[in-house]
Amino acid sequence: MELQIDDSALVRDYISGDERSLEILINRHNQRITSFIYSKVLDRDITEDIFQDTFIKVIKTLKKGNYSEEGKFLPWVMRIAHNLIIDHFRKNKRMPKFEGGEDFNIFSVIGDDRPNIEKQLIKDQIDSDLGLLIDELPDDQREVLIMRIYKDMSFKEISECTGVSINTALGRMRYALINLRKIIQKNKIVLTN
Amino acid sequence: MEKIYASQTDACKLVRVKQETISFLMQYSRSLHVLGYQGFQFESNLN
Repeated sequence: MELQIDDSALVRDYISGDERSLEILINRHNQRITSFIYSKVLDRDITEDIFQDTFIKVIKTLKKGNYSEEGKFLPWVMRIAHNLIIDHFRKNKRMPKFEGGEDFNIFSVIGDDRPNIEKQLIKDQIDSDLGLLIDELPDDQREVLIMRIYKDMSFKEISECTGVSINTALGRMRYALINLRKIIQKNKIVLTN
Repeated sequence: MEKIYASQTDACKLVRVKQETISFLMQYSRSLHVLGYQGFQFESNLN
């Protein structure tokens, strides 16, 4: 029959410097304390964290000589674990944590709408190709297109700037677009993102 | 019946922490030293 040393004797030994006593205490009460924590938090990782924090407090209290023999070891450790569980829920209440499940992914609702680096590179390439195509246009059409698309000027402003009527500016813009499409089709250029 | 009386049947599961957690605690315990000086206590971790 195996002789089991009392918790109080192990605590005394640990305080006296016998580290092995702590290991015996942890292993002896591992299942009870862990199951107690798990029954409250229902998460294995959080259980591990709270168990660890509980014994860190136990170790500090014992090493500082603040442990009183009045109570029993296990109820005392359970009380520490209980308080840490309450702290955990309080913290979560202040900072609610949201986790997606199998049927719901949070990233389907929130996301970064900026293009990723690959899309940004493609966009830069398209902009560069488009610039070369625009250079192929007749001067008057290119001038109107650049003012409208790149400088974001209204047709009224373009007409004032170029000294032509609004209708002429509109016509030049229309022909610029038609000619651009023709160049693209003729050279079989694919401009897609 | 189980569904009526216990919505979280998982809560009664018997679990134990991983050996790594115990090892960490033992290492922490070995490294922790409490020094007393003029009524103050200082913690030091010597790895």
